[in-house]
Amino acid sequence: MYLTTRNSPRVTEKPVAGGKLPSTVFALGFVSLLTDVSAEMITAFLPVYLLYTLQLGYVQFGLLDGLYNGATAMLRLFGGFVSDRLRKPKMVALAGYGTSALAKLAFPLVGASGAGIGGVLAFDRAGKGLRTAPRDALITLATPPGRLGRAFGVHRAMDTFGALLGPLVTFWILAELGTGASPVFVVSFCFAVLGCIVLATFVREHEPPSPKPARSPVSWRACAGLLRDRRIRRITLAAGLLGLVTISDAFVFVVLQKTSGVPLELLPLLPLGTALVFLAAAVPMGLAADRFGRWPVFFAGHVVLLGVYAVLLVPGGGFPVAIAALLGHGLFYAATDGVLMACAGPLVPESLRASGLAVVQTGQAVARLVSSVAFGFLLAAMTMRSAVLLVLIAFVLALAGSAFLVRQRRSDALAA
Amino acid sequence: MRWLREHRVGAGIVAMVLVVLAGGGYVFWTSATERAGASVGAPIPGDLLFIDQSDGRDVVQRVPLSDPDGPRQDTAERCQRVYSAAGTTVCLRLAGPGPSYEVAVLGADGRALRTLGLAGIPNRARVSASGQIVSWTSFVTGDSYAVPGGFSTRTGVLDLRTGALVESLEDFSTTVAGEPLLSADRNYWGVTVAGDDRTFYATVSSQNRTWLVKGDLITRTMVEVRPGPECPSLSPDGTKVAYKKRVGRFGQWELGVLDLTSRHEQVLPGTTGIDDQAVWLDNTRLAYGRVPGDGQKSSVFTVPADGSAPPELLVAEASSPVPLR
Repeated sequence: MYLTTRNSPRVTEKPVAGGKLPSTVFALGFVSLLTDVSAEMITAFLPVYLLYTLQLGYVQFGLLDGLYNGATAMLRLFGGFVSDRLRKPKMVALAGYGTSALAKLAFPLVGASGAGIGGVLAFDRAGKGLRTAPRDALITLATPPGRLGRAFGVHRAMDTFGALLGPLVTFWILAELGTGASPVFVVSFCFAVLGCIVLATFVREHEPPSPKPARSPVSWRACAGLLRDRRIRRITLAAGLLGLVTISDAFVFVVLQKTSGVPLELLPLLPLGTALVFLAAAVPMGLAADRFGRWPVFFAGHVVLLGVYAVLLVPGGGFPVAIAALLGHGLFYAATDGVLMACAGPLVPESLRASGLAVVQTGQAVARLVSSVAFGFLLAAMTMRSAVLLVLIAFVLALAGSAFLVRQRRSDALAA
Repeated sequence: MRWLREHRVGAGIVAMVLVVLAGGGYVFWTSATERAGASVGAPIPGDLLFIDQSDGRDVVQRVPLSDPDGPRQDTAERCQRVYSAAGTTVCLRLAGPGPSYEVAVLGADGRALRTLGLAGIPNRARVSASGQIVSWTSFVTGDSYAVPGGFSTRTGVLDLRTGALVESLEDFSTTVAGEPLLSADRNYWGVTVAGDDRTFYATVSSQNRTWLVKGDLITRTMVEVRPGPECPSLSPDGTKVAYKKRVGRFGQWELGVLDLTSRHEQVLPGTTGIDDQAVWLDNTRLAYGRVPGDGQKSSVFTVPADGSAPPELLVAEASSPVPLR
């Protein structure tokens, strides 16, 4: 008893990660939640729509899928740059959210045209690319630096909750109203519009402390100059290096189902396991990042992922192995997704915040795209086991490389 | 503008309420215009089963094959893909939340003999002529982080006599061009089982190439027949196999018929754009579902197997044709 009372002053003296989060973080969390319901409704429905209703061939579908995922990376840079240049991250984010909302209505209009569907998908993803960096910039600008990990944890948890809800809404519509396309797209559009309204009315834009200078310091040269800052350059390189050895989720689940030997019918449920762990662990991991440093938590998340890949090499492990792998996979997301933004945010000058975050995100996204394609080739050329083994070796090298890159930053991270 | 800035929270709440009311009203209106349930009758030999595509509710309907323009009658099933033979019906349909799908194997009385979770989107379904061997294919697409072209197929086979289940044809050994096919990216789909309930034909693909393979359910092996064809369908007399094949390397598909004894291949004119496992109405006529393009819904077409005439519309706004013998 006495011990606790004696200790308590020390706790209040040093509130490492205490204090309230600004309402903007929760408002942006709601925006992401509603938008993710909308987006994941489409993600769950699109394969049915393309393959069943429109009867597009699977090769066409594969190409569209690539387009869907490849289109975002470059637009993040553009979104970040425009947001900084205009000094209006909220407006650019709103344009991005609005673009994706409109795309939901365009789907039924283009019908069964492969090129039309591809165009709408690209439009939708363009919206995502445009909004991500300014949105993350809004979070970092509104939140005191010491609470960034927690702020991103809350945001990513709300985001994931929406992502879990989306497929449920789609299923309910398919079961109640049939596989006709319009209801899914209309309801998805409504959720997207709700997200836009919350963003427009409940998110307060951070007022820049200094009056707007006559000539904006934001230029492509200034953005490129961000990489001349050693700390930003190294964190970007480290995140990219680790991204290069990150196998895409789809592959992880397919490989996990095969090696663990759990029933094939559980394959669609595996992503759900990862998402639930992510949802539960995002805030605790954010708090841990605020307390122990963001880079160490980000790094530890990748060590956990290495463990997940190692588990993929255990044949016939059944449910215990599958559960352990999903637990690790969810923890990896919780420890890295928002934490990387919390890590990079304070390093970037406020006037270039969105551009800086976009640079880090793009590096990671491009690296992951490259790794997906490369792993696809590996699978075509060799057995699954050999392919995973090869990735495992590359992963250890990437971990060593990134630890070397950021080794001098540890003191800075703890101070931030 | 200034008023809006001062009252933006209130305006936002009003706007959100309006969106929720509009969306909810739309959903309510759509569900209220529910179709009037037509009579439910048991299908009989001579009927053509198909899935109604007109309202998106995927009700399995039937018409007499002798009068395909006659009144369409509902059955009790709702499926994304259906096939039926000798009293056994396989229905690939929506299952629990996810959205996820299941394989339901139904007996002659309509009761489920077995249901199995399906790893992906329903794609192909077949029952052997004896009603004993059931097979199906699903597309497995990744989640939202899928890789470019990151899809695969899973083909399962169930033997109702023994209850033996093959979860995936990937467990069989396959020989292509004299070599065992071992790459991890191999996919199988579109099974058709012969009258002996043992021999089957299927499609295998790896690295963007496809082959028609002939397999054996007892020895669990498959051997290449020829490169190119997909989604084979054996004629009732077992002498011919129909399949779709590409016109160019990445072109559309068209329907071809291979005579298994003479090895002569006949491409059927006017069938470009098919993306279905064709079905034999008898030993001389084929049927398949196809989306006509220009935003129209899938319809069932019929075409003579000897290439003597172009396809004709059989049933409008329908898919998954099944002749009941």
